[in-house]
Amino acid sequence: MVAVKETLDQVQTVEKYKYGFVTDIEADQAPKGLNEDIIRFISKKKDEPSWLLDWRMKAYEHWLGMKEPDWAKVGYPKIDYQDAFYYSAPKSGDDGPESLDDVDPEILETYKKLGIPLHEQEVLAGVKNVAVDAVFDSVSVATTFKEALSKEGIIFCPISEAVKDHPELVRKYLGSVVPYSDNFFATLNSAVFTDGSFVYIPKGVDCPMELSTYFRINASNTGQFERTLIIADEGSKVSYLEGCTAPMRDENQLHAAVVELVVLGDADIKYSTVQNWYPGDENGVGGIYNFVTKRAACRGKNSKVSWTQVETGSAITWKYPSCILQGDNSVGEFYSVAITNNCQQADTGTKMIHLGKNTSSKIIAKGISAGRSQSTYRGLVKMMPKAEESRNYTQCDSLLIGKKCGAHTVPYIESRNQSAKVEHEATTSKIADDQLFYCRQRGISEEDAVALIVNGFCRDVLQELPMEFAVEAQKLVGISLEGSVG
Amino acid sequence: MLEINNLHVNVGETQILKGLNLKINSGEVHAIMGPNGAGKSTLSYVLSGRAGYEVTEGTISYQGKNLLDMEPEKRAGEGIFLAFQYPVEIPGVSTMNFLKAAVNSVRKYRGDKEFDAMEFLKFVREQTKILNISDDMLKRAVNVGFSGGEKKRAEVLQMAVLDPILAVLDETDSGLDVDALRIVGEGVTALRSSKRSMLVITHYQRLLDYIIPDVVHVLSSGKIVDTGDKNLALELEKNGYEIYSEAVA
Repeated sequence: MVAVKETLDQVQTVEKYKYGFVTDIEADQAPKGLNEDIIRFISKKKDEPSWLLDWRMKAYEHWLGMKEPDWAKVGYPKIDYQDAFYYSAPKSGDDGPESLDDVDPEILETYKKLGIPLHEQEVLAGVKNVAVDAVFDSVSVATTFKEALSKEGIIFCPISEAVKDHPELVRKYLGSVVPYSDNFFATLNSAVFTDGSFVYIPKGVDCPMELSTYFRINASNTGQFERTLIIADEGSKVSYLEGCTAPMRDENQLHAAVVELVVLGDADIKYSTVQNWYPGDENGVGGIYNFVTKRAACRGKNSKVSWTQVETGSAITWKYPSCILQGDNSVGEFYSVAITNNCQQADTGTKMIHLGKNTSSKIIAKGISAGRSQSTYRGLVKMMPKAEESRNYTQCDSLLIGKKCGAHTVPYIESRNQSAKVEHEATTSKIADDQLFYCRQRGISEEDAVALIVNGFCRDVLQELPMEFAVEAQKLVGISLEGSVG
Repeated sequence: MLEINNLHVNVGETQILKGLNLKINSGEVHAIMGPNGAGKSTLSYVLSGRAGYEVTEGTISYQGKNLLDMEPEKRAGEGIFLAFQYPVEIPGVSTMNFLKAAVNSVRKYRGDKEFDAMEFLKFVREQTKILNISDDMLKRAVNVGFSGGEKKRAEVLQMAVLDPILAVLDETDSGLDVDALRIVGEGVTALRSSKRSMLVITHYQRLLDYIIPDVVHVLSSGKIVDTGDKNLALELEKNGYEIYSEAVA
């Protein structure tokens, strides 16, 4: 009987995090540890030009003199940066596959299990109109719809490929929003980043389909350091989505990504994230450390950027997608749902730096804490002297489930001019017993009721997601809160 | 179909129901009237399975099953519906989504195929048409910003879509003006059928002008102290509840 119960428990855990399987493929790994040779190894594997290797080396030197930040409200044992692999690639095809036929079938199977369509005909047959770049451990394994997009002049490819094919663009913009010296994790990323997506939307082009990247960590003990760079040239428009999953493992794995968005005059980038990295088990064993730097520079007049994030995974999330509103009349938006359950910790929020005249920003952050988890909203709104007539509206709502979790709100506001307006509203609430009973009296189970109520609480944010992903995100909200009541 | 025997219920240390007996047959409409604090709402919560109401003695048999063993959602699946005196707000959840979640949960429990979005839309529009409720209500968040009358009409709509076997209406007339009372009363009456029993809990006779009961009970100090036909309600309206409190004292 004990064995039967164990099996049942096992199955249940697997059910909870259904992306927690491991794909058995041969991997090509760099030796463990971090030093100049490893960085040279990565750069060589990618066949990079010398300017990029130099840039990586500068970042590495800088990193050696940096201290890991400790101001966030998260706690974890000291990370041994020498005890991880910094490069892992599926063995077939060192420089990435030429077409899907070259991709290891095991990997294709993995993406199929994840529900990510890599065959274009499958996509065309389905409802989703999405071009996908799939990154498996350290390399991009497939990018779909490349040709259809290139007809519009749109570049959508792995960043390692962009370095070779479009060096002028990469060199001009890489590190221009998040410099290599920015912060401990971003600097580490600059030294060792392996792959990620590159997007360029030419002047005046409205990208005809959703672009998306799916990241998956597969190899054990491997850090994932991807770097995404998106440039929206004048008057262009694009919607981009990233999704992430990882196998269930007992050890913690580091994910330190950097995302840079460059938005020129009258351009518009909508960047959505559904983050579902493995969160660890009920007792806080394992899970991903998601330490990510995301920043957008609204460089031109009337430019706009909108971040939407649904953060349900990871053992620890440390992430503040930010907007530098440099161009006059530029607009920055941040819509966030952060759900923590069991022992998860999330310290997330945004920075809105208003530089230009008449710039505006809006922050809607919803934090849901359950189990013994801790969730913190941390945000900065800064009105610089020239940001005349600029405005910000911030709304932070926290929802608590149970008695052992915590929710914290840490808003920083700095205004250096008289004409700027900053508004901040915050609420903290609990799921009321009478709400649960009302739902249950209507036949809805307790778990479904929690999912329904939480989805209602997050509605303002979820409705910002592209249609194709809103339904998935709603389900994810329910799944990530399973076992949080009763 | 419902048989309550010698029901004793405590809320905390206080005994609220003290040996209540009640029998309802299929298709009958029973009214329970009584003064404030008699235990009317307690009865509705015990029937629907709300936590915090401890049954210390007695039994409730519903369609031959022991009701007290069932979780609230199971009771709903078995066909028990409670129209709340104070319907609860659920911000951000549209009435349409809420109804769909409820109806599909109950259909699943009963072994029926769940409705997809289109099927449900068609189904719910038929019901709103019968009850003369505007589809606008479906788009609004559950009970959020609803007037007293709208809340009660939404309860009647929920009752219609969930198609209960036993509907318990807890002070459905509270907070309603005369016009709203008539509309809600007519809505409930439209849902009367030979397969559906109703337990109408009310303080005043006025609701019973619209929902004509087959049997009227008087609940006082935790017990049924009198039972009669609809004329009993009219007498109560005239004479008040005082004679019962004296009888008990």
